[in-house]
Amino acid sequence: MPSNETLRALHHQMVRIRVFEETLQKIYFEGKTPAFDIAAGPVPGEMHLAAGQEPVAAGVCAHLRPTDAVTATHRPHHVALAHGMDMQRLAAEIFGKETGLGHGKGGHMHLFDPATNFGCSGIIAEGMPTAVGHALAFKKLGRDDIAVSFFGEGAANQGAFHESLNLAALWKLGVVFVCEDNAWAISVPKDKATAIANNSDRASAYGMPGVLIPDNDPVAVYEAAGEAVARARRGGGPSLIEIKTDRLLGHFEGDPQLYRTKAEMETVTQRDAIRRFERQLIESGAMTQPDLDQVWEAARAEVAEAVEFARSSPYPAPEAALLHVFA
Amino acid sequence: MAVETRRLLTTSKAISEAIAQEMERDPRVFVMGEDVGVYGGIFGATEGLLAKFGPERIMDTPISETAFIGTAIGAAISGMRPIAELMFVDFFGVCMDQIYNHMAKIHYESGGNVTVPMVLTTAIGGGYGDAAQHSQTLYGLFAHLPGMKIVVPSTPYDAKGLMISAIRDDNPVVYFFHKGIMGLGWMTPNPRATGEVPEEPYTVPIGKADVKRAGGDVTIVTVSLMVHRALDAAEDLATEGIEAEVLDLRSLVPLDREAIVESVRKTHRLLVVDEDYGSFGMSGEVITTAIEGAFDHLDAPPARLAYPDVPVPYSRPMEQFCLPDREKIAAAARQLVKG
Repeated sequence: MPSNETLRALHHQMVRIRVFEETLQKIYFEGKTPAFDIAAGPVPGEMHLAAGQEPVAAGVCAHLRPTDAVTATHRPHHVALAHGMDMQRLAAEIFGKETGLGHGKGGHMHLFDPATNFGCSGIIAEGMPTAVGHALAFKKLGRDDIAVSFFGEGAANQGAFHESLNLAALWKLGVVFVCEDNAWAISVPKDKATAIANNSDRASAYGMPGVLIPDNDPVAVYEAAGEAVARARRGGGPSLIEIKTDRLLGHFEGDPQLYRTKAEMETVTQRDAIRRFERQLIESGAMTQPDLDQVWEAARAEVAEAVEFARSSPYPAPEAALLHVFA
Repeated sequence: MAVETRRLLTTSKAISEAIAQEMERDPRVFVMGEDVGVYGGIFGATEGLLAKFGPERIMDTPISETAFIGTAIGAAISGMRPIAELMFVDFFGVCMDQIYNHMAKIHYESGGNVTVPMVLTTAIGGGYGDAAQHSQTLYGLFAHLPGMKIVVPSTPYDAKGLMISAIRDDNPVVYFFHKGIMGLGWMTPNPRATGEVPEEPYTVPIGKADVKRAGGDVTIVTVSLMVHRALDAAEDLATEGIEAEVLDLRSLVPLDREAIVESVRKTHRLLVVDEDYGSFGMSGEVITTAIEGAFDHLDAPPARLAYPDVPVPYSRPMEQFCLPDREKIAAAARQLVKG
């Protein structure tokens, strides 16, 4: 069992992610009511929020350094924040502001942060080969940094998944592949898309260890990731970790989720990993209710500050659209 | 009397020499691709490099273009300067997402904060019966998509200098070499595929066209193997008193629009020769550039001789029918000048 300090850190990370995502959810609908218009409001475009998937990001990224490379998906905020991305610049990018990570050019699916060697992409499985490349560079440069590739269970049927696992294993590179199985690829459930129940079983086909975390438990994620990260760092090659996690919200905001039953929605809401973790923390004596309240309060303040920074930042000059095609 | 020694290399040797010299200069440079090691590249672009640099820096890959091109992207972001070879450009279909959605867009999406210094080399061109999936040129398709520099050399000298420039560039550069200019022993000999190449490293700027033959009667704009064909045609035209200027673009992105306009203002006539498909491609872009910049100087509507909009046929008479060649270029230029 991790130390109480680690447990508190995991909890803090998950809470600030949750508050960030829930705050964004509210902001996203500003200007989009009564008639939903995806282009309207301070945050236009698709918005994929990761509420429910916090244990994955918190548990894995707790083992990383800023010099470790991370590639993530179209649903990237939880991983970005857990890996240490500046929340204000993240928020500003989501608002399309000049002060954003990409000066408003990327948006929420295309976040790049040299300070934490973070990148993500709106194309399913696209970041997986990139992670292999980061790890190859670290090996060549003699660094013990590693790369972590986050992807959804839907990505595991893309060629890039299989090609990346093979190459990483073939060249024995320091990559940790983290499959966030939230059971849904937009509206298509996992069992309608994948012939086997657990993607972690696919690890053996590429000669790497595969671990299944069946219950979205941050401590279990933390422990499995600790082993995989240590293996990668000492030159022991790649690993695959699959976490059965929960998507508490729609694929994107505005998704009516007609494909999910009320019963399923109730179940995933009931088993909210943060609430469950908090009960454990209190039972074990690691934290008290006032401790927990304080964490939520601090997270709300941090997020409010980030949102204020984003709102008050200027938009980029329109003609800046023509810059940065080439270095 | 001084003895002049000329150092002649094939284009493939010029390319591998450029890579070798950059690898000696910069430990971050390495090569990845299918059959780039022991084989030396199917078209010889990496010949001799494995023996010189070993398998850690000349890396044979599985047939897994998405993985190894994506790996090059990640390695480039994390401080290396990879060269990845896509064996035939026709194979882009299995890995284009990594190329145009990722490699080409990361610098922009990051607001200029992340650079992807890599070279993607690839073989282009037909004329030897390799049919629909191994004969295309397709540089126009890549040039259409923002974020990649597009280099298409024609001579051994340019091939070396442009390769060195491409490796030193902080942007993704796609480097297209035509099989017919490489000087391969197993293809119809092309005397222009061998040329003088200085031994010391040098650069040829990306984005700068080159007048390969000066003339005052008609401008022929083209790239790669078709530069050689145009020069052959220009020799024929000269015997008829027509002086063709052959402008080798050398790169499509950035495009040297000034050079196109300047030449057309001088000759008043423009023929674009393109082994790539005619519609929506290089020929249309060059002609538009000439019209925008030299409309009042044109004595005849610009013309183009491009590959017809059909997949590349296998059978020799059909493939030769489709390809621009010396005679067709001369005829098209003659038509422009004589009306």
